[in-house]
Parts: sequence; C-alpha cells; structure tokens
Amino acid sequence: MGKYILKRFLWIIPVILCVSVFVFTLMYFTPGDPAQIILGTNATEEMYEAKREELGLNDPYIVQLSNFLKNVFLRGDLGTSYKTQQDVLEQVMIRMPYTMKLAFGSVILSILVGIPLGVIAATNQYSWKDNLSMFAALFSVSMPSFWFALLLVMLFSLNLRWLPSTGADTILHYIMPCVSVAVGGAAGIARQTRSSMLEVIRQDYITTARAKGMKERAVIYKVALKNALIPVVTVIGMQIAGMFGGSLVSEVIFSIPGVGSYILNAITTRDYPTVRGGVLIISICFCLIMLLVDIAYAMIDPRIRAQYEK
Amino acid sequence: MSSQQNPAKKRKSRFAVVFHQLKKNKLAMGGLVVIILLVALAILAPYIIPYDYDMQDYSCILSGSTKEHWLGTDDLGRDILSRLLYGTRISLSMGVLIVCIGASIGILLGSIAGFYGGRVDNVIMRFLDIYQSVPNILLAIAFAAVLGPGLTSAVTALGIASFAGYARLIRASILQVRGLEYVDAARVINASNINILFKHVLPNAFSPLIVYITMYIGSSILAAASLSFIGLGAQAPLPEWGAMLSSGRSMMRDYPTLVLYPGIMIMITVLAFNLFGDGLRDALDPRLKN
Repeated sequence: MGKYILKRFLWIIPVILCVSVFVFTLMYFTPGDPAQIILGTNATEEMYEAKREELGLNDPYIVQLSNFLKNVFLRGDLGTSYKTQQDVLEQVMIRMPYTMKLAFGSVILSILVGIPLGVIAATNQYSWKDNLSMFAALFSVSMPSFWFALLLVMLFSLNLRWLPSTGADTILHYIMPCVSVAVGGAAGIARQTRSSMLEVIRQDYITTARAKGMKERAVIYKVALKNALIPVVTVIGMQIAGMFGGSLVSEVIFSIPGVGSYILNAITTRDYPTVRGGVLIISICFCLIMLLVDIAYAMIDPRIRAQYEK
Repeated sequence: MSSQQNPAKKRKSRFAVVFHQLKKNKLAMGGLVVIILLVALAILAPYIIPYDYDMQDYSCILSGSTKEHWLGTDDLGRDILSRLLYGTRISLSMGVLIVCIGASIGILLGSIAGFYGGRVDNVIMRFLDIYQSVPNILLAIAFAAVLGPGLTSAVTALGIASFAGYARLIRASILQVRGLEYVDAARVINASNINILFKHVLPNAFSPLIVYITMYIGSSILAAASLSFIGLGAQAPLPEWGAMLSSGRSMMRDYPTLVLYPGIMIMITVLAFNLFGDGLRDALDPRLKN
C-alpha cells in the first residue's frame, strides 16, 4: 500500500510540471500587450518598451518559460498582478480557504445525501421511494447549478429572509452555495450507488450473509454497500471535478471572495499572471484531491492494493 | 425452431433491435420527442418567433404576460418568448458543436492510442492524465480567456476542454475489438491500418460512444450556459439561455420570471438528452438495465 501511495504521489510531480508549462503556454499566446495593460493607453512607446524589457517579455518563449518555472518551483513566486501589483501567490492563498470550504462542503454534502439516497432506491427497487429518488436525481443532474442557486436566493433570501445571499463570514453564508453546488453531484452519486447496489445485492455472498442470520440492515450497510462502493468512489472522483467548477461559478453568484471569482475578475481585466497563478494553484489542489481519491479507491478495493503489494 | 421458421426476424438490423428496445422505454421516448421538438424549434425559430429577438419596445418594458407578449418583456422591452425560442437555436447548436469538436479530437487521439498501442498509447494516455488533472470548466475558462469572450470561443474552449473523455472511451472500446477475428482477417487480406481502423475497428467500437455523446450534448449545453452566465460565452444581444439568466439576475427580486424561464428551458433540454441517453444506454447494453 505504501508503495502504491508513493508511486501515485511521485506521479504528481510531472503532472504539476506539465500543467505549469501548459498554463504558461496558454497565457503566452493570449493576445494583448501586457505593457499596455499595466501602463494603460496613455504611455509613450519608450515607456511600453521599457516595461516589456523589465518584465522580460522581449525574451524568447523558452527563456520566459524557464524563468517562469524557476520562479514557481524554486522560489515559490507566481509573479505579481498587472493590475494591483500584489503578489499573486499571496492573494490566491488568502482566497483559497473560501474556495476550499465551499468545494469540500459541497462534496461532503453530496456524499451524505447521494449514497443513502442510492441505497434506499436500490433496496426498494421499483417502489415509490425508488421512483421518486431517481426522478429527483435525474432532475437535479439536468438542472444548471447556478440557476438552482438563484432559485434558492429568491426563496430563502429575498422572500423568507432566512439566509444571507452574499458574503462568506459565517456558516450560514455557505449553506446555499454548498447546497446549489452539491445537488448535481449528489444526484450523480445516488444514480451510481443505486445501480452498483442492485448488482451487488443479487450476488451469492449476500444470500450467504442473510442465511447466516445477519440482520438486513447489516447486510445492506456492512456487506453490500462496501462492495458497491468501488464504482461509486470513481464517480465521486469525477463529481469532485464538476463541483470544483461549480464552486467557481457559485462564488460569483454569492459574492464569495474565493479563487474562482478572483480568476474570473482577472480574466475580465486581462490580468494574466493572476489567471495563470490561480489556474495553477487550483490544478495542484485538484491533483492532490484526486490522489486522495485514488488512495481511497485502493483502500476499498483489495484488488488494486494487491497489484502493488506483489 | 421459431427462428428457423422466421428467418426475416433473424436479419433484423442492429438499429431496428435497438430502436425496438428503446420504444419500450417510455421515459426515453419522451426524451426523444422533446429533442425532436427542440430541434424543430431551433430550425424554425426565425420563422415562428412573434418578434425579432433583439427588437426593443420601450413602451413595453418589463411587462408581465400580456396578449401581445405571452411571457412578458425584459428590461429593454424585448419579447421573452421570442428570445427563449431563438435561444433554442443557439443553445442546441452550441451543445452539438462542442460535442463535435470534442469528439473529433477525442476519437482521433483515442483511436491512435488504442489501435497502435505500445509507446504511442502510453504517451497519449499520460498526456490525457495530465490534461484531465485540470478541472474541465477551469480549462474552458482558461481557453476562453485566451480566445476572448464570445460564442465561437466558448464553443471552441468547451470543445477542446472536453476531448479527453471521448479519447479514453474510444480507446477502451478499440482495445476490446482490436484482437477479434475480423480485424485479424482484414489484416490477412492486407488491408491498410487506416482501412482497418476506419472500416472495421471504429464502427464496432462506437456504441458506448453514442451514449456518451447523447449525454454529453446535455452537459455541454449546461457548460455553455455556465460560461455565458459568467460573461465568457454568448454576448448581448444574443438570447443564449445562460446569458439571459445572467442579465435577469439583477432584477430577479421584482421580476423572477426573467430568471425562471431560461432556467426551465435549459433544464427541459438537458433532461430530455439525459432521459434519451439513459434509454439508449439500456437499449444498447441490456446488461446495464436494472
């Protein structure tokens, strides 16, 4: 198991390196002159030229790339914002906790709702419980999360005045953003849990467990669910990607000062070092989360563990 | 015995078998009917909409539903019904184009990886691993930032951002059919690699892809609406549903319908594609049907 975790962890290094090259290259080819973005349109050509020289923009692509990689990996420097002249890494790190709270809150909520819903549907196949939960799941998968967020705001903030519609100070501020992001993920997880539970509960070892006199609840939650979880973990991994994206949009709706709204704001002001830094840091976090998902996968599935224990 | 008596039944095409299975699934057929209706709406939109989607009537701003404007008007006096109907054209074509771009790149890469195997496969798969380590929407946002806001760049960005899924899927299906006898037979009669790939391997590896494509049109429409919602997709005055939602947001306290209607349209469309996709999956692979 240790070998697997180490191997999987080492794989992150080339991935992050390649993502950095990719993000840099993408931004390198973005049209627009950074000198003009920083100095505005009223400066002289000499001033623009001096700024380009200062930023190293006259260097060839390879030199710029290697400088960028050196700065990122050796000095931990993601550059400074064109607009505010603030350190990008520092600014991203200030905003990261908000994004993480939102993303993790949503993922946990979706698991807590999705798995039991799928189990209830599978253990009551073709009953009204099954039909209702699967129809709700299909409905939620098809619903734009930002639209659902707006509906929640209309109901709970504007009409009932129960929850705040903007900000990120208290836990109350996170309820609507997390629910709106989690609803699609929960639906996906519920659908997958149902179908893999249905496959598992027909297996012989479930009959054996019942024959041994195990209580039905224990059969379902201790034996069947454990075996049905393997494909569910894969789906959870995929949903995390979607929820990360969803939380970026959600930040805009609920005015949460996270990395998502920071990046989007930087795109509109063409502040490329900020976009580059934000995308890079989110990708690194995402890689680390996927590592955790893979480790969880190996812990649940003995076949994967066995592959690396040889 | 019965199949010997009725040889015509045996020769039923794969399409007929799948369609027969599909017909039994009422929800999937419902989805298909809605999709057909939406496609018809998209094609006929310019001819059936009561007003031009960008025609402004300042004497009738933010009206509720009236005889002239069934679903009311927006803050610029534009007819909401006309905009919603015209939006079908934009959203559906965005969904289809995104899938076309993603699927073309994905199928090409996945086929090469699956068919040639070995080092080529390894390089492509590691590239996909890296590509997929950035969340899809973030990737699309980064591409959209490079290409600048707009309909074309949103479609291109989302298309490029999504190819990895197709590539993996087609690779997996090709790996399954690559070693089968008819591929060996084609090789024996000296067919070229390209010929084997396009004539024998790809057509037989396609069925999981069809399901994925159907489902993905729905999610592409959702993703396109998200990009437009955050200002990186369709720009004013185009009545893309996500953009309509975004512009109605500031007035939703007093005029909730500005936000409600476009969202309902998106949901109906995506739901239809999901229902049809689910049905198609069950029909193509009866093992999955529970």
